[in-house]
Amino acid sequence: MTSETLRIGFLPLVDAALPILAHELGFAEAEGLKLELVRDMTWATVRDRLLYGHTDAAHMVAPLAIATALGRDRPAMPLAVPFVLGLNGNAITFSTALADAVGLRGTLGDPVAVGAALKQVVQTRAAEGRRLRFGVVHRYSSHNYMLRYWLAGVGIRPDSDVEIKVTSPPFAADALAAGEVDGICVGEPWNSIAVDRGVGRIALATAQIWRRGVEKVLALRGDVADERRDDVLKLIRALHAAAAWFVRPDSAEQSADILAGSAYLDASRDAILRAITDRIRLVPGGPPVHYPDFMFQYREAANFPWRSQAAWLYSQMARWDGLPYSDADAATAAGVFRPDLYREALAGSGAPLPGASSKLEGGLDQPIGAGSVQGRLVLGADRFFDRRAFDPEDIPGYLAALP
Amino acid sequence: MRIAIIDTSQTRAAIISEGLRDAGLDDLVVIDPAGPLAAQIEAAVPEVVLVNLENPSRDMLEDFFVMSRALSRPIAMFVDQSDAEATGAAIDAGVSAYVVDGLSKQRIKPVLDLAVRRFQAFSRLQRELDEAKNALAERATVDRAKSILMKRRGIDEPAAYALLRGQAMRTNRRIAEIAEAIVTSEALMGDLP
Repeated sequence: MTSETLRIGFLPLVDAALPILAHELGFAEAEGLKLELVRDMTWATVRDRLLYGHTDAAHMVAPLAIATALGRDRPAMPLAVPFVLGLNGNAITFSTALADAVGLRGTLGDPVAVGAALKQVVQTRAAEGRRLRFGVVHRYSSHNYMLRYWLAGVGIRPDSDVEIKVTSPPFAADALAAGEVDGICVGEPWNSIAVDRGVGRIALATAQIWRRGVEKVLALRGDVADERRDDVLKLIRALHAAAAWFVRPDSAEQSADILAGSAYLDASRDAILRAITDRIRLVPGGPPVHYPDFMFQYREAANFPWRSQAAWLYSQMARWDGLPYSDADAATAAGVFRPDLYREALAGSGAPLPGASSKLEGGLDQPIGAGSVQGRLVLGADRFFDRRAFDPEDIPGYLAALP
Repeated sequence: MRIAIIDTSQTRAAIISEGLRDAGLDDLVVIDPAGPLAAQIEAAVPEVVLVNLENPSRDMLEDFFVMSRALSRPIAMFVDQSDAEATGAAIDAGVSAYVVDGLSKQRIKPVLDLAVRRFQAFSRLQRELDEAKNALAERATVDRAKSILMKRRGIDEPAAYALLRGQAMRTNRRIAEIAEAIVTSEALMGDLP
């Protein structure tokens, strides 16, 4: 059997794990696929390589896939997201000075309480004419939207009370150390690296802001997804198998070994292992704290691309880009996520397949059985920290009610 | 038309500047990659910004172009939809171009074409330099292998070279590979009788 080759662009982050493991552990090969992984340093380059055919698929921050399809800052290009590469896995880290000012203790605080303390500092600093500055990894990143959702929810206005700028993850610890930013919202292992270097302390995990927040996705050009449909289905199966392996408790050490390699993350194995096992070190030298669901994979059909997730990201894009809501844009955004491809790839495999393509986001306090066309699907608690729920059918109503 | 060049390689930035100047485009600002990028761009007020594709600051720069109120006109990535090949060729060559709103395509195209050719010229130079370095390193290895053979077998240099060459031909490998193997085994077993 001749294997088809797929080139996949990625950034050196823990949540690039699934394509890397699918390649390294033979899950792709078992599907008759050969993967070539192309590492870059910026999302802009990952996007450009995808759009101009240097790569066939990419590990991508979910909002960037939607912004690209909507033509934000450049001509629109249809994209397809048939697989979610992970939920959450990010954290908000304060500089040591800000951590002291806010009174962070060596535990993950309550988002509301930490937010109230932060608001005091924000007001003091604003009165002194020195606005606090936060770094996020990209304008169109879940990090930006999670940070803004939390800040706005605790009464801090992003863009006027504080400044939010873009800081590339590998430079985030440097930016904290140099005082260029007072806080960062980045993926692992970059928070841990800042902590280990003694330049910051972790304040919150983004999973505390939205328990089931969509994070990285597998993105392809729409025309490539059509033309290479069979290869895309094989890739989904390979990634799903890799995800099943990745969440096994006995695989963490080996995953960390592979990901830490120089061709992939080229970063501290220990920090990667902590992220994989949901243990995060909040303060320098402190014991790692176990926070279940810090980074979420595989279980509860976590890799299923819910159209409602794309719709939530679009709602935040409308909210923060200052552009009016449009039904057409909302439909384009939701259409980027392709549950149809996910279902087709995994039909007959025993993987639970949701019957619906869209759901109420943030509506569950307790795990609940959900309708499925295959397998038994249980969805866990998925609350936002402020207990608002997102109804993808009424985005204008949701936006009007947000602070 | 003021053009700013942001490149992690100062050599390549110099090669591009030279090419643009030769073409009469001499309103150039080369941004110091180690300095504060945003402040330098604000001070330069460019109409075209050329950034190497793999520049680690691209996400920050794209955000700055959109958000900055200091620039009078917004800057966006140059994506020529009517001629997708032009942008594709630039990406292939490793250059990304950003232009201010309203600048005509006819004015940008020659700049981009020139930048593409200069990027390609730089890659070629780099390749040649790498090849030259490799060739030099290989020659040193072959020389060491020859002297090992000469000492061990008590033969002269032409005989040692003939031995290397003969083995390479029989095993369908390069002389440098055979030499490498000899040097390695000498390092590990040279002290054995």
